[in-house]
Amino acid sequence: MTDSARADPVPAMPDHPPVTDWVHDFDHTDPRWTENPFPIWDELRAECPVVHTKRFLGCYMPTTYEAVKQIAYDTEHFSSRRVIVRDVRPEIVNTAPPITSDPPEHKPAKQLLLPPFTPDAMKRLEPRVRAICNELIDVFIVDGKCDAAARYTKHIPVRAIAHMLGIPEKDSDLFIKWIHEILELGIKDDDIMMRAVHEMTAYFAGHIEQRKAHPTDDLISTLMNARDKNGQPLSDGHVLGSLRLLLIAGIDTTWSAIGASLWHLAKTPADRDRLIAEPELMPTAIEELLRAYSPVTMAREVMKETVISGCPVKPGNMVLLSFPAANRDPAMFPDADKVVIDRKENRHAAFGLGIHRCVGSNLARMEMTVAIEEWLKRIPDFRLDPAGQVTWSEGTVRGPRQLPMLFGKAH
Amino acid sequence: MSGKLKIHVDQEKCQGHARCKSLAPELFELDEFGNAHEIGDGSVPAGLEDKAWLAKANCPEIAIDVTEE
Repeated sequence: MTDSARADPVPAMPDHPPVTDWVHDFDHTDPRWTENPFPIWDELRAECPVVHTKRFLGCYMPTTYEAVKQIAYDTEHFSSRRVIVRDVRPEIVNTAPPITSDPPEHKPAKQLLLPPFTPDAMKRLEPRVRAICNELIDVFIVDGKCDAAARYTKHIPVRAIAHMLGIPEKDSDLFIKWIHEILELGIKDDDIMMRAVHEMTAYFAGHIEQRKAHPTDDLISTLMNARDKNGQPLSDGHVLGSLRLLLIAGIDTTWSAIGASLWHLAKTPADRDRLIAEPELMPTAIEELLRAYSPVTMAREVMKETVISGCPVKPGNMVLLSFPAANRDPAMFPDADKVVIDRKENRHAAFGLGIHRCVGSNLARMEMTVAIEEWLKRIPDFRLDPAGQVTWSEGTVRGPRQLPMLFGKAH
Repeated sequence: MSGKLKIHVDQEKCQGHARCKSLAPELFELDEFGNAHEIGDGSVPAGLEDKAWLAKANCPEIAIDVTEE
């Protein structure tokens, strides 16, 4: 339904007036939310475990860990068929199994993707990721400064997932463009989202055709060769949907997590020095950085009326499923607003809870660990550049998109 | 704390976060889908009790039981 009069790439912004009442009219695309959502979440949580806005055609947001968990576990009343809260709810045409699947279709679709993403599989990919990090650092370290989001964190996940899928790492800029159009601009402009989805689908269809003639041993071929529970090959539509998912879900999520981690370390020399002195602390620190700066907010659609933490929710509404807000709930995490890099108990929900646990969580952890380790080895001292500005992405995935850094000790 | 500890991963609850395997690789193993299982009959060797409790305390799905025999 592309309107030819709107063929230009400028998004037509629907009316999002500035929020004056967060509790009854929240908007996760408001610039203040994008810049610093934490006090807003605290305000909402103090008011109610589930708040509602009329924006986005009606949307709830659970604000406590408990309410987020209840919804994540409740696949009877809450569907995953739409996983982004947007201004529009067009007919569902492009699914991305298993993230957009509900039971009973979910489990078989997910099981196909799990074996390539186990921790052991990630160990085999790790040397390539270490090399990618060092190739990137080699280019900018001599400058004594860089925009770490544009020149480092942005490129690591996209090259790693391209390597796994068996598509050229040099096409990275194209993938990043599509993801920006789908996850950010697409919230408010359906034409842009549909065009990006079509371009991505055509790209992968070409790679599938190539492999029909010349099979490979990459993840695209793995999916092409997979069989469903009846022993039948997956439809091209299923394979394309899963490939879209892996590309969309595997890139700016981890880009954001690495970026937010470096942002924290740039501002917190004590944590940086401790990680260098006690490298065995890294796994615990990574979990804490994932908790404190969880990048990914998911969505559900209410299918049947129910009650969550005492609050009635009605069908026809979406749910903004904010794992990041759950992870800041002081009822679940003591000192929830502090980054405690040796936090012992940390049941954070950065990768979701229940059946939709992120299929790439082991990949994300490995990439974060390697990216921070290699950075600290080469650039042990760094700080935010006071002459620059840190900016954050809007909407579904939150992380730094500009992250100007100066290297070396402050004078 | 006189008795020996025993661990068990509830397969209905485990979603493969793999936190237990990361924290206590001596006590947990992962299957081909990345879901966790206790090694052997789940008996916790002496000296690894703290790791068993740590794994339980970090499982996002509350899927790990630790019992004293």
